[in-house]
Order: sequence, then structure tokens, then C-alpha cells
Amino acid sequence: MKKTLSLLLSMAMVVTMVAGCSGGTKTSSADSDVIKIGVFEPLTGANAAGGELEVEGIKLANQLRPEVLGKKVELVIADNKSDKAEATTAAARLIEKDKVVAILGSWGSSLSIAAGDVVKTNKVPAVALSATNPQVTAGNDYYFRVCFLDPFQGTVMANYAYKNLKAKKVAIIQEVSNDYSVGLAKFFTDSFTKLSGDPNAIVATGNYNTGDQDFNGILTNIKAANPDVIFAPGNFTESALIIKQARALGITAPFIGGDTWETNEFITVGGADVNGAVMSTFFDDTNPLTEAGKTFVAEYKKAYPNSANIAAVSALGYDGYMMTLDAIERAGSADPVAIRDALATTKDFEGATGMITIDANGDATKNQAVIKGVKDGKFTYMDTVTID
Amino acid sequence: MVVGMTMETFLQQLINGLSLGSLYALIAIGYTMVYGILRLINFAHGDIFMMAAYFTYFGIAVFFLPWYVTFIITIGLTMLLGVTIERVAYRPLRDAPKTSLLISAIGVSFLLENVANYLFSGKPMAFPEFPLLTTPFFIGGLSIQPVSIVIPIVAFFLMTALLFVINKTKIGMAMRAVAVDYDTAKLMGIKINGVISSTFAIGSGLAAVGAILWCMKYPSVLPLMGVVPGLKCFIAAVIGGIGNVKGAVLGGLILGFSEVLMVAFFPALTGYRDAIAFVILIVILLFLPNGLLGKKQVEKV
Repeated sequence: MKKTLSLLLSMAMVVTMVAGCSGGTKTSSADSDVIKIGVFEPLTGANAAGGELEVEGIKLANQLRPEVLGKKVELVIADNKSDKAEATTAAARLIEKDKVVAILGSWGSSLSIAAGDVVKTNKVPAVALSATNPQVTAGNDYYFRVCFLDPFQGTVMANYAYKNLKAKKVAIIQEVSNDYSVGLAKFFTDSFTKLSGDPNAIVATGNYNTGDQDFNGILTNIKAANPDVIFAPGNFTESALIIKQARALGITAPFIGGDTWETNEFITVGGADVNGAVMSTFFDDTNPLTEAGKTFVAEYKKAYPNSANIAAVSALGYDGYMMTLDAIERAGSADPVAIRDALATTKDFEGATGMITIDANGDATKNQAVIKGVKDGKFTYMDTVTID
Repeated sequence: MVVGMTMETFLQQLINGLSLGSLYALIAIGYTMVYGILRLINFAHGDIFMMAAYFTYFGIAVFFLPWYVTFIITIGLTMLLGVTIERVAYRPLRDAPKTSLLISAIGVSFLLENVANYLFSGKPMAFPEFPLLTTPFFIGGLSIQPVSIVIPIVAFFLMTALLFVINKTKIGMAMRAVAVDYDTAKLMGIKINGVISSTFAIGSGLAAVGAILWCMKYPSVLPLMGVVPGLKCFIAAVIGGIGNVKGAVLGGLILGFSEVLMVAFFPALTGYRDAIAFVILIVILLFLPNGLLGKKQVEKV
């Protein structure tokens, strides 16, 4: 009896561990009829909701365009578990074990940065979808991206705080374990102090770690500083909890943030308290700017009829896949280095989120951001901002 | 850094610390009880806490049961989970070296985390709201959520009840006997298995109460939500003197207060608040290796 039980238990453990590791990996021989593209996303852990939204967009694109160069495209999904150490392993596994020719992802700049060296040394190109930190592509010829960057996003939100909200004093709450959050907070600070001409315009700063749940301490400090606006870029769950706890403490200042907020979990966790929160993002599903955008919206609604709105990161997932396939076609081969060269010369590619031209750093040149706010429990389009 | 801190802000931080510390205390009791009896650090305790949060979430948000029914079911299921874990993963190893038991505990912890990830997905679930307990009231500039007061009261009440059980009842006497000397207690005719099962039941029940209160205050439920609180409460138990119930409560409160007060006095260090837990642990263990209220142990030869 004892032996059977312990045997059962150890088997159960092995099974779950294998299930946890392999994600959606399919075992298939390296036959040449298939082109494998790696999808490198957080599907468990703190960032899971973000990763899932990007995968939705990628899968949709894959259904619409399942073939290139007469070969079937197979997506190999690897879960980086929202963990920087796991991210390196997941990327290495995609390249070494699954032999993918290109990688899409990851949601979260830190996770993408963690995979940077792996893709560079193995010479396999990667396309970041919504990772906005400059370091993702800086000094790495093999990392590209389809979204805008944080210096730009920081400027957009600083402008919004200064011009639309008429803020003079701002408090910042940042997720210190996240390169995205720290970077964006810094660019916002630079831009806002310049706009307001007041070097002391940032009256309080609070730091937290991914996964924290109690923010009362830092919020009590911020309440004492009495800011006009609170800029809190960071992961969606933690941000929603921050706003909830701030309201419970009697803080009434508006909260503004960045693109990572746009997940349904931000609203379900935050409830009525996140109404009025404003963020910058990449794409507005009610007003797509390109033909590709219209196609994407129509197909997305067909595939996911129950979704209340379409997250911008899903559109970026779609764009990343389509741009990579375009590069494979132009390269005329599925050789990773040839794909890299083709990606680097992408010019005026029509994506769902706008026209994409890849610059010398591997970044998409984009000068437009969408401002969305939470209204009655829904992400609602507010404005499109262009900054040159 | 302290410049500009008003009395009001300070009092608010004290309230924050009290409710956080009491939550730590509730969970720390579970660690300390199991350690006291089995000399085992039950690494799965944080994950039992996490499962209790899911039980409550499902009861209220999915099956639409009334909250009081859900709480009873949650506590019952969590106790059952704790007892089952002991029965399946720890009892067969009771005569094995302590290290095997420890590894088994870590295994159970990973098992629960992965099962939760698989069954409930890695996305956060929104814990149902309890407006009666979470809508703050204001005294001057102080904001107090009723739940912040309920937590310390519940923690104090449960600690008193537990001390009564341990010191005044028959099963409590048996627990103390097993804690002092496992083999002799067995020879004296104490039903070891029953005693250990009740220990796990009580410890897990307290974790369930902790989870319910925790989620009222921090309403998101995630598969890995038990990891950090689990670790912190283990530290709290060690600070207080592992094996000692009052010590666990004291350790929890010390940890909660110091985390919040560090944020209050040194806002620039707020990103390092988890580190403070370990620094306190190291400092206390350097001077009091058995924790604040722990008894000096003489190794039996």
C-alpha cells in the first residue's frame, strides 16, 4: 500500500513536471516540409495573461497564413514562466532541441532581454512583439521588434499628464525587478521634468517586486506627498492591486500607466477601482489604421467572438508572425541568417498596427501611440498621439 | 528621509503593519505546529494556503455559494488536503532520514503549484469582493478597512483557542507528548497517527483562515501566490522560535511591522522589503539561535 502510494505520487510529480516544461512542444523529426517558428512567451507565472494574448494573435496569423515557400509553418510554443532564468533555457531549447528558424516574443522586456544572448550566439533571429525597452534590440543584430520604444512611450504619457491632466506634481510607482517598468519610469521622469521645467516635479517614488501583494506602505508615503497624478507602469495584476489599495487609503489622484495594463485581468482584479485609469498602447481595435488592421479585427472577432475588446499585444503578435513570414518569403529560404538579413531590410510592411520599417537598431520606426482609458469596466479608445 | 512624515502617516503605517503581521502570524502557526511535532519544515504549507484561496474563489465566484458556506467548505477541504498530504507523502517516510521527508515536502510543494497552474491557468483570478469588510472608513486622515481590524482579532482569537487546545485538552496533551519524545509517546500508547493528522488538520485550517483573510485584503488568486508568503511565514516561525505557537505569532508581527516601517522610514529601499525579512532572520539567529521564544534544545544521544 505504502509503496503503491509513493509510486503513484512520484509518477504524478513526473507527469506534471513534464507537462509544465514542454508547453505545447510537438515532437517531430527535422523533415524539410515544415518550417518551425518558436513562440517564446510567459504562459504561467505573473505575466501569463500577457503572454496568452500575444499567442492568440500569433495563432490567428498562423491560421490565416499557414504556409510559406510551399512549406507548412509549425508553431513551437515554449513557456518562459515569467522568469528571467527560465527564459534563457526556454529560448535555448527552442533553438537547440526544436531547431526553430525564428522566434517570436516575449511579452515583457526583461524576458526578451534574457534571451538576447542566446539568439545572438546561435544566430537565430527573434522578433519582440510588445517588448518596449531599448535594451531588447540594442547591440543585438538578431533581435527585432514591431512595437514602439519606451523613450517614446514615456514622452507620450508625460505629455498626457502635463497637458491633459494639468499635473504639476507626479508620484511614480515602479516594479524594480522589471526592466520595462524601471526604463519607462525613467523616460517618463526625464520627459516630465523637462516639460514642467521643475526638477522636483517627481514628489515621491515607490518600488515593488513582481508578485508583491501589499502596497499599503508605499502608498501611504505617496499619499503624504499628495501628487496630482500617479504614474505606475508595471505588471497588470500588481498595478490593479496598487490602484485598489490606493483608493482604499483615500488616494484620489488619477493613475496612468503603460501598455502592459491592457489585459482583461487588470479589470477583473481591479474591479470598479480601475475605472478612470489611463494607459498608452499600440493599437485601437475600433479604428484600425491599415487594411491589414481591418482584416485582423474581422478575423479576430470571428475566432474569438466572446472577447470584449482586442488587446493591442494580440495585434502585435499577428504583426510579428506576418512580418517574419514576409521576411522568409523575401529571403527565399528558411535559413535563420538569411531570414535575419531579410528582417533587417523590412520596409513599409503593412501590419495591423501600422506601417513597419525596421531601422538600423532593428526597431520598428513608429511615431504613433494610442491612449486608452478604463471606462465602465472596459478599455475605451481616447486619443491617438503622434510625436515626431 | 523621515522628514515630512506626519503622525497621521506614521499611524497609518502602523495599521498597515498590524494587519500584514497578523496575516503572517496565522500562516506561521501552521509551520511551527508541524515542526514542533515532526521536526519537519512543511514546505508545502504555502501551497496549501494557495489552494485554500482557490477553494474560496470557486465556492463564491463559480458555484455561487453563500460566503459562510464557502468558508466552512474551504476550511474543511483545506484540512482534508493537509491530512491527505501527510498521509500520502510524509507518513510512509516517517522512519526515513529527515532529509527524505524534507525533499518529499518540497516535492509536494511543486506538485501543488503545477497542478494549480494546470487546472486554473497561470492567470490571476479576481477574488470576490466583500464590501462590508473592505470599504474603508476614515478617522481624520486615517483610512481603515474593517478587514484590517478583523484580521488581528481573528488571529488573536485563534491563537488563544489553539493554546487552549494544546494546554488544556487531551489531544493537546498528546501533541505535547509527541513533541517532547516521539518514541516514548508511542510506547505510552498515544495514537501517533491520530495526533499527527490532527496537527496537520489544525495547521491547514489556520492556513485556510489566513488565505481567506489575505484574499479579502489582496484580492487576486494565483498558482504561485503561496510561495512568498510561505517563505516569509517560515522565517516568522523561525524568528519566534520554531515549535512555539506564541513565538510564531510574535515572529509574524515583528516581520509585518518591520517590513512596513522600513518602507515608511526608508522609501528609497522599498524594492528591498523582502530582503529585510532575511536580514532580521540572520541577525536574530546570530544572537538567539533558537529564536526569540524557542527553548534551548539538548541533542539526545
